[in-house]
Amino acid sequence: MFKISNLASGYGQSQILHDVNLDVAKQEIVAVMGRNGMGKTTLFKTLMGIVPQMGGSVQVDGQEVAGLETHQRVASGVAYVPQGRMIFPSMTVLENIQTGLPASAGGQVPEDLYALFPVLHEMRKRKGGNLSGGQQQQLAIARALATNPKVLLLDEPTEGIQPSIIKDIARTLKEIRSLRDLTIVVSEQVLSFTMEIADRFLVIEKGRFVLEESAANADEATISRYLSV
Amino acid sequence: MEWLSEFGAIAAMQGFNGLSVFCVLLLMALGLAIIFGQMGVINMAHGEFLTVGAYTTYLVSVLTLKYLPELQPYYFFVAIVLSFVIAGALGWLAEWALISKLYHRPLDTLLATWGLSLVMQQAFRSIFGAREVSASMPDWLMGSFNPTDAIDIPRNGLFVMAVTLLLTAAIFFLLYRSRWGLQVRATVQNRVMSRAVGINTKKVDRMTFALGCGVAGVAGAAFTTIGSTGPTSGSLYIVDTFLVVVFGGAASLFGTIASAFSIAQTQSIAEFFISGSMAKVLTLSAVILILMLRPQGLFSIKVRK
Repeated sequence: MFKISNLASGYGQSQILHDVNLDVAKQEIVAVMGRNGMGKTTLFKTLMGIVPQMGGSVQVDGQEVAGLETHQRVASGVAYVPQGRMIFPSMTVLENIQTGLPASAGGQVPEDLYALFPVLHEMRKRKGGNLSGGQQQQLAIARALATNPKVLLLDEPTEGIQPSIIKDIARTLKEIRSLRDLTIVVSEQVLSFTMEIADRFLVIEKGRFVLEESAANADEATISRYLSV
Repeated sequence: MEWLSEFGAIAAMQGFNGLSVFCVLLLMALGLAIIFGQMGVINMAHGEFLTVGAYTTYLVSVLTLKYLPELQPYYFFVAIVLSFVIAGALGWLAEWALISKLYHRPLDTLLATWGLSLVMQQAFRSIFGAREVSASMPDWLMGSFNPTDAIDIPRNGLFVMAVTLLLTAAIFFLLYRSRWGLQVRATVQNRVMSRAVGINTKKVDRMTFALGCGVAGVAGAAFTTIGSTGPTSGSLYIVDTFLVVVFGGAASLFGTIASAFSIAQTQSIAEFFISGSMAKVLTLSAVILILMLRPQGLFSIKVRK
């Protein structure tokens, strides 16, 4: 469904990602774990076409997206929730969600989106910048879902968010996976969060995947060894 | 008491004169503010797009007089639409050919658009000659409106005001109620993220630049009713327009309106009591003083980032 082969990328002369391969099935949740500076964010930015790709291919449902511009990738079904959420602070919650809606929606936010995040419906007239961190995270996910994606990429969704909301987010992600037939790739440093949601674990180190484990076989101690400094 | 009512009449007329200046400044500044806010491009050629609109109006007036003299009273409406379309199309072309190549070098756009303004000025000189030209006013724009014996308010000024009001309302509607406006505002706040939610920011940029230039074109059409048009008519306004944009706060259209109003009124009323250049000194000093206290401009938006 979402297939990355021999992906290489970096900034200018320095290559960050080397020969990254990943095949994610429909409705699968894959967690990419790793310490800071190991290439998680670079991987996501490359997949979105924000960091230039040096080689390899990225396919969504058999369609090659590697050569496309960022907004065209979104149209082909890749949605992105960046690190730090990056909502539009001086626009209202409603307007934030509307930026993700396709033209055909006519600015109407689908009911099921508000059903997933009732707090956003309550706050739809508030400025996005005045929401708390957890609410902003939910807004960023709702905005990404508004584009009607096949693949959802989440970069460190738990960063700077209080534990009770982290639980909420984990539950919502599992819910939308089955509701919307979604493929999810999530990068994390927090193991307890990914243990709860992921079907498969990958550990990234210095721009390469060094460990792959299915949820059934995953050993918390082994993975956390890669995460400790 | 005689002198008091006379004084009041003069103040009212001078104030109205200020309103006319306010209208042209505002139309120019709105276009400039949208372009600067959206793309971070300082369009030095903005004044020339005003001139394009003014010459378009002049041409339409000459052509109607020659071929359809019976429609002469109404040519102005056609001229406004055409000014918008032609200035907008030229802006679209300029963005496509020149500015889109320079987005990663913002300071160079300053130089490039300045070059463009010189090219356009020379083109006007070659096509229309260096002498100033005037569009022939339809009768209903001539003369004035007299609420009392002493007060004399020119009709063309009222007309310019009506055009400004309509256009400002249209811009607000587009920016805050349309899908294009939503995309513009998103792009202003975070260009990379806007692309990542599926917005084609290149297309939005081109549309924005074209629209900003089109609005300058309409300003040019309005300008012909209060002054005559020459190759450098637009560049005379560019400094004042920048002043308006900076003073108002680049991120806020309300700020642009308030700042255009206060600058035009200060200038116009002061001109009556002291000489024109001293009035300019007074306005500029006031602006500098206020900007020292509020570097972000009159209005700015406060939210958590």
